[in-house]
Amino acid sequence: MADIAVDIAELANRRRLCVRASLSRRHLIERLFRAGGLTAIVIALGLVATLFGMMASKGAPAFMQATLSLDVTFDPAVITVAPPPARAAGQSEADYRAAMLVWQRQVTLANWSAIVETAVRNAAPPGFEIDRRGALALVETNERHRLRDMFVADPGLLGQTVRVDMLASANTDNWLKGTINRALPDSRQQLSRQTRTLADTLLAEGKIRFAFAWHLFTNTDSRSAPAAAGLAGAFVGSLYMMLIVIALAVPIGVASAIYLEEFAPRHRVTDLIEVNINNLAAVPSIVFGLLGAAVFIRYFGLPMSAPVVGGLVLTLMTLPTIIIATRSALRAVPLSLRQAALAVGASPTQTVFHHVLPVTFPAILTSAIIGVAQALGETAPLLLIGMNAFVASIPATPFDQSSALPAQIYLWQGNENRNFFEARTSAAIMVLLGLMITLNALAIFLRTRLERRV
Amino acid sequence: MKNAFRASLAALAVAGVFVANGALAQSRDTIQIAGSSTVLPFASIVAEEFSAAFPQFKTPVVASGGTGGGLRQFCEGVSPSTIDIANASRRIRAGEVETCNKNGVNDIREVQIGYDGIVFAVSINKGDFKLEPVHVYKAIAAQLYIDGKWVPNPHKSWKQVDASLPDQPIALAIPASNHGTREVFEERVIAAGFKASNPPKDAPKDAQTAFRKDVVIEIAGDYTETLARLQSDPNTVGVFGLSFYDQNRDTLKVATVSGIEPTLETIAAGKYPVSRPLFFYVKGEHIGVVPGIDEYVAFFLSPEIAGVGGRLESAGLIPAPAAETAGFLASFKAGKNLKASDL
Repeated sequence: MADIAVDIAELANRRRLCVRASLSRRHLIERLFRAGGLTAIVIALGLVATLFGMMASKGAPAFMQATLSLDVTFDPAVITVAPPPARAAGQSEADYRAAMLVWQRQVTLANWSAIVETAVRNAAPPGFEIDRRGALALVETNERHRLRDMFVADPGLLGQTVRVDMLASANTDNWLKGTINRALPDSRQQLSRQTRTLADTLLAEGKIRFAFAWHLFTNTDSRSAPAAAGLAGAFVGSLYMMLIVIALAVPIGVASAIYLEEFAPRHRVTDLIEVNINNLAAVPSIVFGLLGAAVFIRYFGLPMSAPVVGGLVLTLMTLPTIIIATRSALRAVPLSLRQAALAVGASPTQTVFHHVLPVTFPAILTSAIIGVAQALGETAPLLLIGMNAFVASIPATPFDQSSALPAQIYLWQGNENRNFFEARTSAAIMVLLGLMITLNALAIFLRTRLERRV
Repeated sequence: MKNAFRASLAALAVAGVFVANGALAQSRDTIQIAGSSTVLPFASIVAEEFSAAFPQFKTPVVASGGTGGGLRQFCEGVSPSTIDIANASRRIRAGEVETCNKNGVNDIREVQIGYDGIVFAVSINKGDFKLEPVHVYKAIAAQLYIDGKWVPNPHKSWKQVDASLPDQPIALAIPASNHGTREVFEERVIAAGFKASNPPKDAPKDAQTAFRKDVVIEIAGDYTETLARLQSDPNTVGVFGLSFYDQNRDTLKVATVSGIEPTLETIAAGKYPVSRPLFFYVKGEHIGVVPGIDEYVAFFLSPEIAGVGGRLESAGLIPAPAAETAGFLASFKAGKNLKASDL
């Protein structure tokens, strides 16, 4: 007996020693694994931080833009138009509008450039010599249209002098910010020596200041007036596409996932469908673009460059993502839940909609938002359906021509005024990334909130 | 949950109606333009100014895609889903007109908007290039006629091609064949250089058209892609449009061709050898169907836009003589259409 007890003690001791010996090795492995994981996260975060940092440092200057405060005189000697037509008694709405259009056309023909030129000359120090072209080069070209619009809105401005904040031209902005090398000789500069000197003088006098570029969000794209180019058109285009994706991809995707997972019998056909859905999720997005161009534009005759086509193409692209995510969420619901519902007499449909779906709702919502965020950033298919066109108006409906945020980035990246548009492109990327972060944060917020409730 | 499901169903139904409506709506009130990336900046500027001057029309939409791509879309047929105007940096080809006619596009109206120069440029800190067409030909042709026989091109650096050129490895970024610029490059530079190299009469057919694959980089995208090439490999010589070079004079140095520096003046005077007219083609069948086409064309060709001292000159377009422009406007208004036999 005693021998056996000794043996057991001996054995236990040996085992303890063995465990102790292996323990340090296991701890080492554990530490190594943790260190490896931490390094991976640090590298990933570092890369993301570098990307964001680069974008932010490149793009941040684009949010502040050189703006001139000029005293503009609506000189009656230059704006030689009759007073606007008053609506006569008994005149129909259409007639009045036509008369108004004729008057507006006359206002447009007035020499607004001369008014801008005078305003610049008046702001210059007394005796400063500058030619017409040089003076106009300081101010963005669309500002003359803005003066005209101000006048059309309020014809009483005739003869008055008002202080107007006008955007400086892209080349002036480049010069003042130093995005073009200021040491270069005259022949390599975009602006004449006079214009450059005047810009510096006005900046020193405070007549030019750097103001927040609100127009980046309120204006549409512009090539004629690059300094005034903004993202509004692209933003609305992207918004329409997202709405279409949400309205189509989410219900169709969730419904097909529910059917496939809960109701469909398991046989060859459903297996085939499953394989196809998984394949579709891996199809490159450019293929969906080709499909969209061939089917929606050529066959159904939907308009080119329209968000409706973009939305449909992106819907096709997002569908597999949503179906797969929803199916795996449904699969994760314990069988006991379904059995309990069926046991108390619920029909299969009731089981799904009253008991299974509510549990999976947070997961479905998350997958939908992430799918939509992916679609928001998708560019390749949009290029094939003409959404990389230059569009200078905000689309009123999804059937109007429009650009989209990623396509706008692509367009600005290709603009010939590199000095100005490099910062602009980064600014647009920042806006797009900001939107994506917001969407993803929303997904996380909704998931945690809803999960707590369920 | 039930409500959410119902709401989704309703949204689906609404979206369905939406799409069905769109498919039925067979009209369009925005002028749709596509084509040459050289013409695109000019056309975009005109589109914006046009909508500022004519508030009753929507701003025309201008897409890129190269001259070839634009004309292909243009010739797809007569319907709202095809474009109204194709921008081109070369003249339309007889084959393209035939495709157009086959698809029902018979009223093709040609409009010339002005001239553009094609320039060779290097990064600002590189040596000065004084090119002759024959230098370019000798640098990039796959085969050269040396000492009485055709041999693979032996030149490694520009200095070997001609002693006056910098000692810099040969690398040339040229537009791919989807660009109209490519055709002008082959016609005005390569063909001229080939001729100047005094080739024998029995030269093989591809002696002129076959380029070395190792030194020629074909750029299918825009000029910014060519510029990016120059930045990643500073030894590259790039082919650009004059207006692009003009806006990037701070980073690019231009080469003279046959001793002439490309400027607005030398090109307008016809001294600089590598220039070409720019066009757009209007689909006559769409005039009156899509509103504003007549007005757009007249506005484009008006002196304050396309004329000397006009809006487009300041953007880098070389204005054509006023009489030439007026002639194109007159034949456009008279409805003169282009036939394959005219080309």
